[in-house]
Amino acid sequence: MKFTLSWLKDHLDTQAGLDEITAKLTAVGLEVEGVENPAKGLEGFIVAHVTEAKQHPNADRLRLCTVDTGTEVLQVVCGAPNARSDLKVVLARPGVVIPISGEVLKKGSIRGVESQGMLCSYRELKLGEDHDGIIELPADAKIGSPVTLVLNLDPVIEINLTPNRVDALGVRGIARDLAAAGLGKLKPLNDAPVAGKLPTSRKIKMGLPAGDAHKCPQFAGRLIRGVKNGESPRWLKDRLTAIGLRAVSVLVDVTQYLTIDLGRPLHAFDDAKLTGDIGARLAKSGEQVAALNGKTYTLDETMVVIADEAAALGIGGIMGGEPSSVTEGTAAVFLESALFDPRNIGATGRKLTLNTDARYAFERGVDPASAVWGIEVATRMILDLCGGEAGEIVVGGAAPEYKRTIAFDPARVKSLGGIEIAEDETKGILERLGFQISGAGSNWSVVPPSWRSDVEAWQDLVEEVLRVHGYDNIPATPLPRAPMPKAVLSPEQRKVAFTRRVLAGRGLNETVTWAFLPSAQANLFRGELPLVTLANPISADLDAMRPSLLPNLITAAGRNAARGMADGALFEVGPRFEGGAPGQQVNMAATLRAGHTTARHWAGTRRPVDAMDAKADAIAVLEAAGLNPIGLQAVAAAPGWYHPGLSGVLKLGNQIVAAFGVIHPRIAKALDVDGPLVACEVFLERIPLPKKKAGAARPLLKASALQPVERDFAFVVDATVAADAVAKVARGAERDLITDVGVFDVYQGVHLGEGQKSVAISVTLQPKDATLTDAEIEGVARKIVAAVEKSCGGKLRA
Amino acid sequence: MANEKIEQLRGEILGACNAAADMTALEAVRVAALGKKGSVTGLMKDLSALPPEERKAFGQQVNTLRDEVTAALDAKKAALGDAELDAKLAKERIDISLPVRPEAKGSIHPISQTMDEIAAIFGQMGFEIADGPDIEDDFHNFTALNFPPGHPAREMHDTFFLPENEKGERYLLRTHTSPVQIRTMMSQKPPIRVIIPGRTYRCDYDMTHTPMFHQVELLVIDTETNMSHLRGCLQEFVRTYFGVDDLTTRFRPSFFPFTEPSAEMDIGCSRKGGELKIGNHGDWLEILGCGMVHPNVIKACGLDPNIYQGFAAGMGIERIAMLKYGIPDLRTFFESDLRWLRHYGFAALDVPSVTGGLSR
Repeated sequence: MKFTLSWLKDHLDTQAGLDEITAKLTAVGLEVEGVENPAKGLEGFIVAHVTEAKQHPNADRLRLCTVDTGTEVLQVVCGAPNARSDLKVVLARPGVVIPISGEVLKKGSIRGVESQGMLCSYRELKLGEDHDGIIELPADAKIGSPVTLVLNLDPVIEINLTPNRVDALGVRGIARDLAAAGLGKLKPLNDAPVAGKLPTSRKIKMGLPAGDAHKCPQFAGRLIRGVKNGESPRWLKDRLTAIGLRAVSVLVDVTQYLTIDLGRPLHAFDDAKLTGDIGARLAKSGEQVAALNGKTYTLDETMVVIADEAAALGIGGIMGGEPSSVTEGTAAVFLESALFDPRNIGATGRKLTLNTDARYAFERGVDPASAVWGIEVATRMILDLCGGEAGEIVVGGAAPEYKRTIAFDPARVKSLGGIEIAEDETKGILERLGFQISGAGSNWSVVPPSWRSDVEAWQDLVEEVLRVHGYDNIPATPLPRAPMPKAVLSPEQRKVAFTRRVLAGRGLNETVTWAFLPSAQANLFRGELPLVTLANPISADLDAMRPSLLPNLITAAGRNAARGMADGALFEVGPRFEGGAPGQQVNMAATLRAGHTTARHWAGTRRPVDAMDAKADAIAVLEAAGLNPIGLQAVAAAPGWYHPGLSGVLKLGNQIVAAFGVIHPRIAKALDVDGPLVACEVFLERIPLPKKKAGAARPLLKASALQPVERDFAFVVDATVAADAVAKVARGAERDLITDVGVFDVYQGVHLGEGQKSVAISVTLQPKDATLTDAEIEGVARKIVAAVEKSCGGKLRA
Repeated sequence: MANEKIEQLRGEILGACNAAADMTALEAVRVAALGKKGSVTGLMKDLSALPPEERKAFGQQVNTLRDEVTAALDAKKAALGDAELDAKLAKERIDISLPVRPEAKGSIHPISQTMDEIAAIFGQMGFEIADGPDIEDDFHNFTALNFPPGHPAREMHDTFFLPENEKGERYLLRTHTSPVQIRTMMSQKPPIRVIIPGRTYRCDYDMTHTPMFHQVELLVIDTETNMSHLRGCLQEFVRTYFGVDDLTTRFRPSFFPFTEPSAEMDIGCSRKGGELKIGNHGDWLEILGCGMVHPNVIKACGLDPNIYQGFAAGMGIERIAMLKYGIPDLRTFFESDLRWLRHYGFAALDVPSVTGGLSR
């Protein structure tokens, strides 16, 4: 919303300067977005008098002016056609900055004649586009005085209007807020009825069906005959131009002006182009209106049109139509001042993608009492500017009931607002804003004015009081708090936080990727999950909710490889979507390692990443979440996006808690990323939380003084037997003594026989009471060999 | 006579010991003196040939000699050993300028780090963390938050929707973290103090908007908390987060459907020379929106707004991370560019806490 300072002062009697006004506007919630002050940068320009203008001796189109500044007489060369003797002009002297070019003016010589200054056009001062000639100042302008005092330099203020402030859609509402905040007095508005001197034969005929009557509850019209349309006076054109509107003709400009001035949109029809009665009705499906912007709109039956007996004339509350519009020759104007339903105006505007000042106002909600006084103010202005005779006002429908009473306890200002404001100040603020107050003590009855449809409850009244008193006066009080803060994170949240830190500690870089991806990629990674698409994706390749975090990580690895970083490890913690309803998302940790473990190095420790790197990441996350990895079972049953032989899942009982492995080469190819790529996905929520214990105490450490004994065994087993199974069986052979079993070699070779492999394990025995004798060690060894043979079919390798 | 022989022998052996150039030569000296057939060992054989009254004295002299020779041999052996080690070490050299074996350095994304910082600060004020689903329904995202029917935010233009399901419900991607306010108030009894960090979605993609971004929401509900507490709480937050102890704040009236009164908070800044600096330099930077929870919202959650009141606030996590850490472009947060992640990311062990230091 834009307006000028002088415009504001039409409604506000104030001594306050521009800076004070803009600061107060922001303080009361009418946030100033910008101020254009045309006087800025014109401080050095002065009024001068051209005493004589002669022909330049060396140039046909240049004039040689003798210019009096009051203190000296200068010689200035000027090319403007209107540079003539006895003219008051704007003079720039050497040293000032010319606004249009931003350059400092220097003394110069033009065609061999010295020029000691420059006479300026509006364009050169950035005051307009006019550069047909130099500015001609009034004859009474005082020579030598700053031009900022002589030119009409009206600062333009732009405010960012929040959608609730329907009252501030007009300059007058803004002035009312400033007056309430103590920045002057609101001037009275002359909205007294203008007596109708003509009978009006044209009636208002409301054609809305009962269920849609709210779409246009009231329609006021008036005929003004004998008007002379034409160009608007300078002040009116200046104001409209200053806020970015185009002056059209005085009849149109009056309606434009009042929309901004009072927040009251109006429309002017050429009465000669109307047929019979006029009113609002629903558009017919497919009905067309040729609008004032030169476009034709096709309407549907939810929309309201203004129509006479012959045709739809305009899109109600949004834009008038071309055929019935006023023109230069209009002699009789029919004014429309109506009310429209904000929701229907918004819906219509969006469907037609048509934005106008009228829509803006009606969509937010125009003062429901304004239809009739709006037409009175407009009539007075038209009679003033165009002459003519006004007819009787004709009205259809009625203003909707807006009066309501809010019970208010002024003590609420302190209890909700946190600031002490005296009761008479509270009362004064509300009354200056137009609220009517009765009652006393803690039982006030407050009636909001017609223009404040946003005020509904006592909390709204508190806001009004705080806002006008100044939010910035609210003191800052720390939240009262317990002597010692509690833990912020729940155990589940702690698990997630720890997961991140553990993976970063393992050398992976955390990333955050979109929750959506191309459905083609979702299909590669969703297995049995449904495809969850968006009805209105931001782009066709972000149309599905991700069923896995991996596709985004893989394509990210591809982009990094293209940047020359083929080796890299990424991870993300976030949701995968298992369905399209609230709650059908699960929190995952996913890692992706690409290329080699490290950069090339002189010590030669580099190798391509493999499935075990991914398994290690998965186990690290599970361990960080409090799982003992001994309880995990690795099963070669990873989802289809992994390499069938180089992947697996980790199970806790029957529950899969993680999947890991090499990304299936076909999937990598589909995503156009070169391998090797290894990944893991951990289902964080499936990891059981550690059991709540009575305290943080750990079980007592039983560190034996006796030296542990290590024995190695190599078994030949069927190639399909899991090494882990051999280790587990060995471990169970003598639970009291065996504390650890490690697999230190796995070997397959022709001499072992087809389909056979050797698994070498190292078993640690920890004596409890006395050093083990050779016979005891031998006894354990026999048990291990027997157990592996029985459970895994393993033979001790010769 | 015997004395002379011993003296001579001592001289010879110690001389040879001293002259031994290496371990082999020294060993030869030892064998020649103390070996089975050695000269000192041989002296003991002479003992039996002596008259009994001389034997004792002679025996003592031989023992002394043997001790002396042994000591001399040990000393020489140690000296030779040192020299040998020195010679060996003198040959062992590496180029200490060579790079060490590479170790991958991981990092925490600025969004996670900022969320941890926020949690650390509000944790001090007694807040807990609440979360909720990314896919929401109309009730939690709009209706309960007092968005009127027909509000522009409910349009496809601003909000991502899922296709209507067979029950006629149209789910959406939450446009803010505020629906978790509703979920919290409906499942928890006041007093409530929660922060709600999370992913949010809006149909917007340009220089300063991404279709997915992160917000953190604050919610306090009890019977006493008023706007002065709101300001105090937020002021403490921005001062701690930006590390400016006396950072000034400005409260301005604003509008949100779910708060009444509503406010926006600005913090002091400077924009001189096109560079944004947080601090009390006379200019203002809008940082967050907030307000007292709207009575209709409290009502929608089954509480009486004449008894319960409190505040809500929300801010963009990327935005405050950009401001604090000087990250210029929002879109880069989601590009997974390893150079960016390593440059703007945080070390794994750099866990923010108010007592241990929020940021380095």
